[in-house]
Amino acid sequence: MDQIAVSVSGVSMMFNLSKDKIKGLKEYVVKALKRQLFFEEFWALKNVSFTVNKGEVFGVMGLNGAGKSTLLKIIAGVFRPTKGSVVLNGELTPLLELGAGFDPEFSAKDNIFINGAMFGHPTSYMAAKYSEIMDFAELWEFEHVAVKNFSSGMVGRLGFAIATSVQPDILIVDEILGVGDYKFQAKCEERIHNMISGGVTVLLVSHNIKTIKEMCSRAVLLKKGEVVCLGDVDEVCRVYGEG
Amino acid sequence: MLTKKRLALLTIFMTMACFVLLLFLPDSIAGERRAEGKIIFFSKIGFLSVCIAVTIAMILILLFKREFVRWQTFSFGRYKYLLFNLVKRDFVSRYRKSILGVLWSLLNPLLTMLVMTMVFSLLFKDTIKNFPVYMLSGQIIYLFFSESTTRAMGSVIAGEGIIKKVYVPKYIFPVSNVLSSLTNLGFSLLAFLFVFLVTRAPFYWTMLLIPIPIIYTFIFSLGIAMLLSAMAVFFRDLTYLYGVFCMLLMYLSAIFYPISTIPEKYMPFMGLNPIYQYIDYFRNLVLVGEIPGLWKNAVCIGFALIALCCGVYVFMTKQDKYILHL
Repeated sequence: MDQIAVSVSGVSMMFNLSKDKIKGLKEYVVKALKRQLFFEEFWALKNVSFTVNKGEVFGVMGLNGAGKSTLLKIIAGVFRPTKGSVVLNGELTPLLELGAGFDPEFSAKDNIFINGAMFGHPTSYMAAKYSEIMDFAELWEFEHVAVKNFSSGMVGRLGFAIATSVQPDILIVDEILGVGDYKFQAKCEERIHNMISGGVTVLLVSHNIKTIKEMCSRAVLLKKGEVVCLGDVDEVCRVYGEG
Repeated sequence: MLTKKRLALLTIFMTMACFVLLLFLPDSIAGERRAEGKIIFFSKIGFLSVCIAVTIAMILILLFKREFVRWQTFSFGRYKYLLFNLVKRDFVSRYRKSILGVLWSLLNPLLTMLVMTMVFSLLFKDTIKNFPVYMLSGQIIYLFFSESTTRAMGSVIAGEGIIKKVYVPKYIFPVSNVLSSLTNLGFSLLAFLFVFLVTRAPFYWTMLLIPIPIIYTFIFSLGIAMLLSAMAVFFRDLTYLYGVFCMLLMYLSAIFYPISTIPEKYMPFMGLNPIYQYIDYFRNLVLVGEIPGLWKNAVCIGFALIALCCGVYVFMTKQDKYILHL
C-alpha cells in the first residue's frame, strides 16, 4: 500500500540477561563445565504491531523501560527483531542519538563527510550541503577543530544539522528537542515543524504529554514491552495519564 | 526451469568439474617445474579436499535459503562513499602528528628490509642471490596479510559506537580495514621497486604481472578478515591467539630463509600454506621470470575463494548477533 510509511508487525525482541558477561574462551569453557551457561530471557518487546500512515506524526509513549528506544532502534535497523518484521516505505533518518559515529580525533569538516556517508550520501552531495550544515550548526569558527574538543552542545548541534540536512521520508525523533540552548532548540523545533508540513512521516518519542498532544495525531502506549493502547492521541494520553 | 538457485548450483558444479579435470592434467602440460613435484602432489590432495569442503559449504548455504536471500541486502552502492571515507580516515589517522607523515609508509618497509638484510644475509649468504629482493618480496605479501587480518579482526569491536547507534552494513568494517592495508601495500611496492633498482636485479617482463598474486592475496585476506572479525566478537581471546599464530606463519612462509633449508620430508606441507603459495607466485614473477602454471593458479584461486566463502558465510549469518555481544 502506498499510504503506509511504517508497518510494524508482530515485533518481539528478546535479550539474554546474564549476571556476568562471558568475556573469553577460558571463561566460556569453565562456565560450560560448571553448567552455568544459563541465561535469563528478557523480552523487551512482545508482539508489537501498528502501522503509521504517510505524512502522519505518530507518538510513542511509555514509562522508562517500556521498550520505546528498543522499538525505535528496531525500526531504524540497528537491532534485528527476534520475531516479526518491520517494513519501511521510504528513506529513513534516525535522530536517536545525535553525533553517533563521530570520530573524536577528526575535525567538524571531516566528520560531516564521514557522517553523511553513513547515511548513504555521496561526497559531492555533502560538499553541496556543507555550508548549509555549518550555517545551521553555527560552527564556522570551529570548522577545523577536532570534535573531541567540542562541548556536548556543539556535538549535538552538528549532529542535528547533518541528520536533518536532507529531507527524509520518515523521521525518527527520540527526545531531541533538548539540544543546546533555548535559541537553538527553537531552531530545531522550527526545522522539524517545517519537515512535518513538508509531508514527512514522524515517529516521536517523548515523556512530555503536552508535546505529544500538540504534534501527534495518533499514538501508541507501551508498558513493559506490550501495547497497552493504540489509536487517537487524546485517548492514549488519557490512559498514559492514568498510569 | 532455470531459477536463480539452480543457476548458482550449476555454476558451482561446473567450476568443480573444471578443477577436477585440471587435476588429471599432466604437470608438463600444466606448465609446472619438475623440482616442485612433491609440493604439487600434496597441494593437489589438500586442494581437492578443500574443493569438496567448499561444495558442501555452498550447498549448505543454498539450503539455508533465508540467509541466502538476506545477502542481497548488501546495498553496496549506497555505502561505497562510507567505505571510501573510512579508508581515507584510516590512512590520514595512521601517520597523524608524525613529522614525516605519509613518508613512513615508504620508509617502514625499507628500514625493516635493511635490518633483516643485515641480519640474515650473514646467515644465508651463498644460498640466495639478491637477498634484499628475495626477502622483501616475501615480506610484502606476508605483512599485507598479517596487518590486514589483525586490524580487521578488531574492526567490528572498534565499530561498537557506530553499530549500536546507526544502521550501517557490518561488512563495511573489515572491508575498509583490508582496503586501507591495500593502500599500504601500494607504498611497500614502491619501496620494493626502489630496492629492485638499487640492487640492479635483472628485469623480467613477467614483473608486470605482479597484480595477479596481489589480487589473490587480497581476496584470501578479505575472507580471513571477515571470518576473524566475526569470531573475535564472540571470543575476544582470539586477538591474542592470532598474534602468536601470525608469528608462526611468518616462520613457516620462507620469507627470509631459502626454501631448501626445509628438510625434504616436510617439503610437501609447504604447499598447504596459502601465504607461501602467494609468496612463491610473486617470486616466480620477479626473481625467476616465469609465469606460474595453470595448476598453481588454480591452487591460489582455490585458497582465496575458500577463505572468502567461509568468511562471508560466517560473517553474514552472525551479523545480527554482534550488537548483543559488544
